[in-house]
Amino acid sequence: MSTPSQVVGDIPKNARQIAWIRRRRALKRSWRTFRGSPMGMIGLVILTIFALTAVFAPLLAARSGLSPVTAPGQPFQPPSGQYWFGTDHQGRSVLTLVIWGSRVSLAIGLIATLISVFIGSIVGILAGFFGGWRDVSLMRLTDWFLVIPFLPLVIVLASVMGGGVGGGGLGLTAFVIGITSWPSSARLVRSQTLTVKERPYVERARALGASNWHLITRHILPNVGPIIFANTILIVAIAILSETTLAFLGFGDPNAISWGRVLDEAFGNGAVIAGNWWWVIPPGVAVVLVVLAFTLIGYALDEILNPRLRRR
Amino acid sequence: MSLLSVRDLTVSYKLQSGEVPAVRGVNFDIEKGEVLGLAGESGCGKSTIASAILRLLPEGTKVGGEVLLENENILEMKPGKLRAVRWTEASIIFQGAMHALNPVKRIGDQIAEPILIHQQADEKEAMVRVGGLLEEVGLPQRRLRDYPHELSGGQKQRVMIAMALACNPSLVIADEPTTALDVMVQAQVLKLLKELQRDLGLAMLFITHDLSVLAEVSDRLAIMYAGRIVEQGPAEPVFTDPKHPYTRALAGAFPAIGDAQYRMKPSGLGGDPPDPQNIPSGCSFHPRCPVVVAECSDTDPILYPAGESRSAACLLVRQPAGASTTSEVPGD
Repeated sequence: MSTPSQVVGDIPKNARQIAWIRRRRALKRSWRTFRGSPMGMIGLVILTIFALTAVFAPLLAARSGLSPVTAPGQPFQPPSGQYWFGTDHQGRSVLTLVIWGSRVSLAIGLIATLISVFIGSIVGILAGFFGGWRDVSLMRLTDWFLVIPFLPLVIVLASVMGGGVGGGGLGLTAFVIGITSWPSSARLVRSQTLTVKERPYVERARALGASNWHLITRHILPNVGPIIFANTILIVAIAILSETTLAFLGFGDPNAISWGRVLDEAFGNGAVIAGNWWWVIPPGVAVVLVVLAFTLIGYALDEILNPRLRRR
Repeated sequence: MSLLSVRDLTVSYKLQSGEVPAVRGVNFDIEKGEVLGLAGESGCGKSTIASAILRLLPEGTKVGGEVLLENENILEMKPGKLRAVRWTEASIIFQGAMHALNPVKRIGDQIAEPILIHQQADEKEAMVRVGGLLEEVGLPQRRLRDYPHELSGGQKQRVMIAMALACNPSLVIADEPTTALDVMVQAQVLKLLKELQRDLGLAMLFITHDLSVLAEVSDRLAIMYAGRIVEQGPAEPVFTDPKHPYTRALAGAFPAIGDAQYRMKPSGLGGDPPDPQNIPSGCSFHPRCPVVVAECSDTDPILYPAGESRSAACLLVRQPAGASTTSEVPGD
């Protein structure tokens, strides 16, 4: 070989700069496409508002407002200048509850999604990559989770594991949602893996002497990654909805205020019959908006990451 | 002892409709530094042989015989040993370079892949070697930061060649390295391959359907038809004076540019290659053979000696007395 050392010697420094310039440019390009999608922008704005609310909850509403003991107002107050969304049966401000509830709902949604996508990606890649009996058994397991009615499964898991898993609480809720919502990602990832593993560069890498681990981490994963990412965003919406459902049915953490929990209490205390609309609508709208935001962003991202969907 | 020696290689693919014999008993040897050209129509089993040598065939494919690389049978190697042999002793230049590169990874990283897999160097050293390799195949070093879509077809093929050389193999299998390239680029790539082969003393198995390409680069030629070698010998005489009617048809299909006589001459070969699931009795070539005789339809010819270190599987080549019992390829 010729003497490349002096030429190559200064590449790393340049290379890092070049890489950063490239990365920035790619990011800018994606951002521009994203901005071009009105749906995605609406979703992003809604989500940003809720994320900021969750992060700055202590600044927006005092934590003491969550306790029935230190609740500031009278029970069942309709909206007023002081309590924008009125008060609940214990005199707590519904606005305070919704603000603090955003923390729990978003956190559980994200954690459950991570668990779900993690399991789904592993199952999907293993099934798609290895094929044969491993594919069949993993996919039948996936089908099993897919076919079993989601809600009863989650309820059973939540109540059975409530005693066993230490602490229970929020972690448990996230875990239960996570391990029941992965089948759709698994199928998606499997189908993508099936097409990627047949590409010639995978055969080439195998001819290089690459191990299965190498093939999966270096060739399959980078090509399946974007799909996993777009799917993740959509799963968050489902996870938040599931958390709300669980909490509404009384299987959430009894110590944490989430939107589902507020709805549950409102329902349990006859808010609907008594016409206390201000107690039901704010948490309900919050759930709908956040789920909508994630779905909109998910579709917009799908369009960016999957050029075939892009409008020309 | 030959570097690579293939003995009685048989490969059958498993389809739903049954087994399909793609390679039916192939023997050949490649010496160190020698280029063997393997030619034949689409579907005659050329690429199957290439894949069989490194055991890259799909699962469930039946492979028989022996593939001895430096005296070790690749077909019986344990997976770990097999992975270690892949690329360090024999590498492949794949057909269709455009698809053999991962679109989401830089070409430098991809060329470095075999070096890192076989732990021949650390990452920094590997990149230095990749830079050198790129220059060897006529690309500037800075291109190692490029993605495959930033290269032309010819450049991608050069990258594939660089990758094939990354671990200093003693054997390179070039599986139609010039298909999908235009003629000018083809010529450049061929020239590069020939030069590298000579400079590095590489042994090569060069697979193509383009006889004129083979005559240029190879020392010896083997012509395949329906999963068997029907003629082999030194490149020049096989091309200019074919003994097997199939080789004659192949060679006759190329016009000689500038020779007025050839204007109307390029002659094809009638008919289609046989269905591998339904190979004709006797000589598999007899339904298309222009010089067929009655015996062809029930006698399956083996490779008969046909001149100096040459052989051909044709009853017309068979010497009338005694010699017809020779079953092995002479001259090896």
